Amino acid sequence: MNKKLLVFLILVIFMFSLTVASAKMIKVGGVACLTGAAATYGASTRNGTRLAFDEQNDLGGVDIGGEKYLIHYIFEDDQGSPEQAANAFRKLIDQDEVYAILGSVMSSCTLAGAPIAQDSGVPVISPTSTAVQVTRTGDYIFRSCFLDPFQGAVVASFSYNDLNAKTAAVIFDNANDYTKGLAEAFRESFVSIGGEVVAYESFTEEATTVDFSAQLTNIKSANPDVIFLDAYYSAAALMAKQARALGITVPFVGADGWDSAEFTKLGGEAVEGGYFCNHYSPADPRPIVQNFVKKYTEVYGGTPDALATLAYDAGLILIDSLNRAGSLDRAAIRDAIMATNLECVSGVITFDGWGDPIKSAVVNKVEGGKFVFQKFVQP
Amino acid sequence: MTKKQISSSVNKKMLAYDKLPNWKKYAFISAITLFFLALYISFFGIQAFFQQLVNGIQLGSIYALIALGYTMIYGIIRLINFAHGDLFMFGAYISCFLGNYLMAHNFRYPFIVVLIFSMVVTALLGMAIEKIAYKPLRFKPRLAALITALGVSLFLENFFALSPQNVPFPLNKIVFGPKYILFPALIAEKTYNIGGIAINNIKILIVIITIILMIALQYIVKKTMIGKAMRAVAFNKDACLMMGINIDKVISITFGIGISLAAASGTLYALTYGQLQSPYLGIWPGLKAFIAAVLGGIGNIPGAMLGSYVMGVSETFATSINSNFGYGIAFVILIVVLVFKPAGLLGKFTKEKV
Repeated sequence: MNKKLLVFLILVIFMFSLTVASAKMIKVGGVACLTGAAATYGASTRNGTRLAFDEQNDLGGVDIGGEKYLIHYIFEDDQGSPEQAANAFRKLIDQDEVYAILGSVMSSCTLAGAPIAQDSGVPVISPTSTAVQVTRTGDYIFRSCFLDPFQGAVVASFSYNDLNAKTAAVIFDNANDYTKGLAEAFRESFVSIGGEVVAYESFTEEATTVDFSAQLTNIKSANPDVIFLDAYYSAAALMAKQARALGITVPFVGADGWDSAEFTKLGGEAVEGGYFCNHYSPADPRPIVQNFVKKYTEVYGGTPDALATLAYDAGLILIDSLNRAGSLDRAAIRDAIMATNLECVSGVITFDGWGDPIKSAVVNKVEGGKFVFQKFVQP
Repeated sequence: MTKKQISSSVNKKMLAYDKLPNWKKYAFISAITLFFLALYISFFGIQAFFQQLVNGIQLGSIYALIALGYTMIYGIIRLINFAHGDLFMFGAYISCFLGNYLMAHNFRYPFIVVLIFSMVVTALLGMAIEKIAYKPLRFKPRLAALITALGVSLFLENFFALSPQNVPFPLNKIVFGPKYILFPALIAEKTYNIGGIAINNIKILIVIITIILMIALQYIVKKTMIGKAMRAVAFNKDACLMMGINIDKVISITFGIGISLAAASGTLYALTYGQLQSPYLGIWPGLKAFIAAVLGGIGNIPGAMLGSYVMGVSETFATSINSNFGYGIAFVILIVVLVFKPAGLLGKFTKEKV
């Protein structure tokens, strides 16, 4: 028995010394929700980031001031709760002394953790927090996703310029901040580029409303050139079907709420020829996208969703910035992030003064039950 | 004015309305309706008006089938069966599963088979619920049965919403799960354009089936032996017992018929919208159908039909005028009607002896 224990101990010590001896490490923290209501979001985000770091480590790690460092990714689960997120940020900063944090998923969680990171001078890149205030916390806070007002503007500009729509109708859920914000942003930018919103209809609570025929009949009489179905995929598919049944033939447009394989199953014929704005398209022919989709599918199985993509991009931005930072100084890393100009999966990313990305959105078309990459749009 | 004075003045107004001869009442109601119609048409155009009318009638038909069951059960045993909306949901799910099976095996007329099967299975479940949950409370205070009905309703919703992965073997074959599912296209949808008004075959079918079922129900209640027994039980249970009427059987059959109508409505609902969101989907249609039944005069079968169509049409028009209004309007109409006619549109007000 003693012998066995001895062998085991020697093995452990041997392995430990091996990892320590092989390369220098740079610690990077990750925060996302792996439990709770949005658990799948957290899993996608962690997978995306880990893939980016693993790829870089296989190439020998990042190059800081002429020395190679392997990225040591320390992950914390915030359970989707702001308190846990604050604890996770605190632990990563005080105990693990990380050089940067990628997280968290939900805006409320990032908002809880960001002030701590800002005060300690640790750069943060949130992959998916879309609330405007997140990056307003301070100059160490960045994100790799675009904001809802931006999406509204993309849909408006695509409808006006590419679909030649001069009039538009909007139908949205007025009990949901996401759809409400999008509808307002769409209306504002569509009017500002010269279009006219001829119908602005709402409904209450997607979960309980299934009959949109009254609103759609109004839209039909207003005779718009395009209809913005501003809802998540199941309601959007229902609306599309009911609109076609009422004899409405104009094209539909939508935002990233449509992004689900279920959408075409539910909508069938009715959603064919619709266009929607998204963070990325797996059918985007650029090599970086195809490479990412292939690797992600190999490692985790299944096509990466938008969250995984944004997390992967956050990882790429950080790797690129570490390579350019030149020293292990958090302020230098922050400056390097700010100066980012990098081709990522979701487009070429640079940052504005707030730390929000300036990039283009992807417009997909629904064709033959699939999402086909259409074009990049930058309003 | 004090509270008493206000209530007495309201009473006086109601009495004044009640005292009007019938033709004046109808003239009053038609004048108001015509006024709103003219206003609507002048704003939205005649075409939109007829389109919304069609939409409203379709919605009303779905409410009507649920409301008929509510009203029948209330009429016979004075029980508001709050589980009605959930049996509606059950009917929709059953027809979804059978529909998928039949579609996969290229059955020729899947819709009729699905409709009848779902009505029968749901009626059996309803009768079982009656035996287990309501029968033991039949001669107990009415509040007990009402609370039990609420309990049954909550149980059905939450039981069927369990995820199959989270429950042990025999149950995981029964529960539906909380996620929405697609409903098979049992009938290929065809849209007809009649003078700019779009009507599809499913909408026409729904209205036709609703009317057939209503006539059948009216026939059963008015012309058959069992219908006579139902009316007798509704009139006086104790006397029925003495006359040798098997009231258990009569009540059971009443439940079966009422609930099979809810199941039919569930099937038509699923066919119209093509998806089942979750086992909670019966709550709102059930609630609105209940309001429709009260509006028409609960316990009164033609009243339930009338109330449902009034509800469906007014909800559609209210939504079209301002899309935020739709849900609230049901309750506003209910309050207004009940202020003027406390027994509902076609109900007779009978003072309860205490």
